[in-house]
Amino acid sequence: MHAIIHSMPGAIELGLLYALMALGVYITFRILDFPDLTVDGSFTTGGAIAATMIAHGASPWLATIVACLGGCAAGIVTGLLHTKGRINGLLSGILMMIALYSINLRIMGRPNISLLGQNTIFSSLSILAFMIVAVLLILVLLNLFLKTDLGLALRATGDNARMIRSFGAHTDNTIILGISLSNGLVALSGALVAQQAGYADNSMGIGMIVIGLASVIIGEAILGARTILWATLAAVLGSIVYRIVVALALQVDWLDASDLKIITAVIVIVALIIPTAQRSWKQKHAARKRSAELAEMFAAAGGER
Amino acid sequence: MRKWSLLVLVCSIVLLIVGCGSKKEETNNAANTTAAGNNTTANANAGDTETPAEKSYKIAISQIVEHPSLDATREGFLAALKDAGIEEGKNLTVDFNNAQGDSSNNLSIAQKIAAEKNDLVFAIATPSAQAVVQQVKDTPVVFAAVTDPLAAKIVSNLDAPGGNVTGASDTNPAATTQLFDFVAANFPNVKTVGVVINEGEENAVVMSKMAEEALSKHGIKLIKAAVTNTSEVKQAAESLVGRADAIYITLDNMVVSGVDSIIQVAQKNKLPFFSSDRDTVEKGAFATVGFKYYDHGYQAGQMAVDILKNGKKPGEIKVSMQEKLDLILNLKAADALGIKVTDEMKNAVQDQAQDIIQ
Repeated sequence: MHAIIHSMPGAIELGLLYALMALGVYITFRILDFPDLTVDGSFTTGGAIAATMIAHGASPWLATIVACLGGCAAGIVTGLLHTKGRINGLLSGILMMIALYSINLRIMGRPNISLLGQNTIFSSLSILAFMIVAVLLILVLLNLFLKTDLGLALRATGDNARMIRSFGAHTDNTIILGISLSNGLVALSGALVAQQAGYADNSMGIGMIVIGLASVIIGEAILGARTILWATLAAVLGSIVYRIVVALALQVDWLDASDLKIITAVIVIVALIIPTAQRSWKQKHAARKRSAELAEMFAAAGGER
Repeated sequence: MRKWSLLVLVCSIVLLIVGCGSKKEETNNAANTTAAGNNTTANANAGDTETPAEKSYKIAISQIVEHPSLDATREGFLAALKDAGIEEGKNLTVDFNNAQGDSSNNLSIAQKIAAEKNDLVFAIATPSAQAVVQQVKDTPVVFAAVTDPLAAKIVSNLDAPGGNVTGASDTNPAATTQLFDFVAANFPNVKTVGVVINEGEENAVVMSKMAEEALSKHGIKLIKAAVTNTSEVKQAAESLVGRADAIYITLDNMVVSGVDSIIQVAQKNKLPFFSSDRDTVEKGAFATVGFKYYDHGYQAGQMAVDILKNGKKPGEIKVSMQEKLDLILNLKAADALGIKVTDEMKNAVQDQAQDIIQ
């Protein structure tokens, strides 16, 4: 038991690091209704840019900002492929993801860059404290942005593109902006994870999209998504819960790390099915009540005849 | 309300799993087994084993992926401990963690290990070692199967690493040089060697650079056929037919996983095929200069024994390079690849009983 309690701070720390990535996935997946697979590539791009710059002696803060911009650039390309190139959304993400594989290797010049002993953002700061502040700051900024006219146009694009076009908004631009913002957050997460882990590796982004989706969906199952603020908080919470589940699964000996994938799948399936099952049960229940009422009315009416 | 009940449900399921999880970390005492069996306390299996009269040890292992060479490394490591009287199930508990090639799992595992009390941590392969070294600061760390510990910044100095980390590197630059000296001496027709490589793998890139240098001394060119996935290995090997006079592979996890298809291509086109590990030669490559990963793990295990039993500090133990090198030939593979094995080739092998595979 003591090991479990001891592993909690670490799990929460990782959860917060990956929470930024989950927020990025939330923007594309929930707000834009766009399944963006660029994430697997752009996460690594963030780590690659940050690690390369830090290894060449750049300031870790500057490296992190440039990494974030690199992710934005990748997102813009995916958005352009989808909107101007008219390529199916899923496919444009996949194309960008595989293109990024080569680009990331070019950025790093080698498959793995170590940051052990280098000066990173976390050299002089407590990771947990810094991440709590950073995640809260980004949550506030994101929520403020989504309440501006531009942010509202972005949210409306995912809900009803035709309507928002009739109001004179340019949905192509809002889509590009949304995907770019999303991948910027994903790359920022990658840059911070690389600095926390002590290395960037060109395989670090593999499976990220699944973890992001799992975080968003678990968060929604726990907190719901009544308002934007609630939904963004849910993505962060979901990311932390996901990491805690992973940490617990690692403590159990008859579960192998290879089972983590199926655990993830089961958690997401349960989180998705429960709300739907509840709804349909409610509807069935209401329908039964209604038909019983009707039958009573009918019986009463029949009695009068 | 329902949302919270779901959370409680998920948490309780997880706790149940943890509670009932029978730990492999049991010592062979009955008290522990019954405690885990009747599930009265979850503490019984939280790894706190009772200390018998002699000192008992607890080590954690972090391995990036399951793979014959890495598994053999682990077996060799545990064998070295056993030979020194530290045996799993008697006075040793082993907490084995495998990240299944997943970077984020790798980080979670390193954090978990850092949060627990261990006498020693054993990290197998570069990413595992990097993550463990970053997280574990106060427990001795021994690594193995790391190609370039300096470039990976796992240690800053090979002779006196300092701090809490030491280990065994699985390259000996001499191995690549010796192999290509052998090729140059015995295969005068080879002017170009083709390497099938995943350029996304650090150790493969490092080794192909070494190979290029070793070959250029003999005026032989190295050309690359890159893969990004195990399924592309065969096509990459075929692309070398007609362009290269021999095929070579490094210690490249992805390529080694798909090596059977290279053997097929090499046999069909009668191309000499050289590898970097003994396992591949046993499968059907003609030759390598190498070692058994089991021996490599054993070497790391001896370093661990030095730390556990003799009270040495990791920082004082030199990072070991693979010492026992020998040319390894496969005569059956030579037939299939259309190579005539000369006495001169056989005489280059030191331990002919062990390292000439009939």
